Amino acid sequence: MATGHPPRTMRNTIGLPSNRYQLLNWTTRTLIHLLALAGAAAFLVPFLWMISTSLKPMEKIFQYPPQWMPDPILWRNYIEALTVMPFGLYFRNSIYVTVLSVVGQILSSAVVAYGFARLRFPGRNILFIILLATMMLPWQVTMIPLFILYRSLDWINTYYPLIVPNFLGGSPFFIFLLRQFFLTLPLELDEAAKLDGCGPFRILWQILLPLAIPGLTTVAIFSFLWNWNEFLWPLIVLNDVDKWTIPLGLNGFRDQYGTDWNHLMAASFVASLPVIIIFFIFQGYFIQGIATTGAKG
Amino acid sequence: MRSRQAQIGQAADELAAGKRPRMSGIARKEAIAGYVAISPWLLGFLIFQLAPILAAFYISSTEWRILSAPEFIGVRNFDKLLFKDDLFWQSIKVTVIYVIFRVPVSAVLSLALALLMNQQLAGRRLFRTIYYLPAVIPLVAVSMMWIWIFNPEYGVLNSFIRLFGIEGPQWIHSSRWALPALIIMSLWQVGTGMVIFLAGLQGIPAHLYEAATIDGANTWQRFLKVTLPMLSPVVLFALVMNVIGSFQIFTQAYIMTAGGPGNATLFLVLYIYRNAFEWFHMGYASALAWVLFVVVLVISLAMLRSSEHWVHYEGRIGGA
Repeated sequence: MATGHPPRTMRNTIGLPSNRYQLLNWTTRTLIHLLALAGAAAFLVPFLWMISTSLKPMEKIFQYPPQWMPDPILWRNYIEALTVMPFGLYFRNSIYVTVLSVVGQILSSAVVAYGFARLRFPGRNILFIILLATMMLPWQVTMIPLFILYRSLDWINTYYPLIVPNFLGGSPFFIFLLRQFFLTLPLELDEAAKLDGCGPFRILWQILLPLAIPGLTTVAIFSFLWNWNEFLWPLIVLNDVDKWTIPLGLNGFRDQYGTDWNHLMAASFVASLPVIIIFFIFQGYFIQGIATTGAKG
Repeated sequence: MRSRQAQIGQAADELAAGKRPRMSGIARKEAIAGYVAISPWLLGFLIFQLAPILAAFYISSTEWRILSAPEFIGVRNFDKLLFKDDLFWQSIKVTVIYVIFRVPVSAVLSLALALLMNQQLAGRRLFRTIYYLPAVIPLVAVSMMWIWIFNPEYGVLNSFIRLFGIEGPQWIHSSRWALPALIIMSLWQVGTGMVIFLAGLQGIPAHLYEAATIDGANTWQRFLKVTLPMLSPVVLFALVMNVIGSFQIFTQAYIMTAGGPGNATLFLVLYIYRNAFEWFHMGYASALAWVLFVVVLVISLAMLRSSEHWVHYEGRIGGA
């Protein structure tokens, strides 16, 4: 096979084993691909099962063995599911809450991150450590006092409890993520702007923020995701059916039409769709955001 | 710390001596801007985190049915939950079992997926997408999907098991299988952990592997001696965050099992929720919430402290 003998040192490193490795590589690589495919199938089955069920007529749902390809395909399940309860309204509510929350979280976490990354002030390190420590706080411990606070403010059944806190700091994760991002931008930018007479907040607004758009996008996406998916807090503060967000609507739908599996799956799929679309468009930002907050935490 | 105190002390001395403080005008302006910049977070922290935690502690010493005024009862709430309330202990038991099984299994699984994704794999991006997607879907929708998946007669899971001639369990309708069912379901959402580990793996310098190979290490040895130590800070972070997150499980249990059957999935947060917002025992619910707070705090700190023994930080210990 191998023509001529490689020098002894080469044999010890790459020479002799290379043939065996290549052979091994080929089988290992096939094995790896098979594993990945099997895993992917396992991860996809629940989705396929949801979509398949959502398109079936009622009588084909309770069938064994289950039929994967719906026949006939009932698209009108979707129309029925979305009209039997006011899902359009829930969508609007969710979008309203989510958009305002995202704006609040971006603005406040950017300003705060800038303070921690770029400005020197006494107590900065201690405050930053406190900020990091709050990541470990199970927020449910604050849920009852906050409910009482909002109740005394007459904010129950309004969107204020869902939105206002996002304008005050938002999330330690986002502050941390943006701080890391600001730290990667060269300090000379600030210095040069300062010499030109720029104040600290103009530096942030005109120089750093435009450069931080990838970081801000990551924050926007995660903020969207978390606010869109949030369930417990809206469950506590929104009693009025007309105020419900999508997750509450889905929960209410199930309370009323519990065993209409096709409609329930259709509604679940539609509730997930915005997130799935955002995910496919901005995948890279998701991965990068988790890598930044996760790996460097 | 000490140097900062020294600095402050020095500044105070200088002030007392009538000298100009050491902070120059420019520095003071910068400091003021700094406080202004972080003020949204500081306000939010004080209003929405610190004050409520303290308030929760106060409320936990009262009997408060929300409509009437709170009545101070000292430690009676804690006395009740520790010694008289079986449901509290049930909720602790169920939550701890969930954490103990879910955290390690999902760590191993997400590490395995990350290692897989770190190989030369055709269509790696697509695989990564597929593995990660379940982690971004709204938990309420995920719960709906899995109620139907776990359906004992017509669900896809038992239909699959039936292929092997076995009749699957009743899953979420059985007090024995409901908790394992929720743990299995949570493993479908290991994508976040996978991405964290993948980023960690890609941060390991290639020369370490080359050096290990030259020293004659095989794949398994390289994994044990290079990959794991280099990845250990990331593993620590992922484990701590996963423990904290797992203690907060609520949505699945609320929607899929309503804590049942027979309180088999009565997680701590669900029990807090019921006490506070279904039965309006604000005082007792706050006591429960404080237990959650303390348990999570103690476990996180214990994990962080234990890390001295198993987490490898570059630079502290000399080269490989």
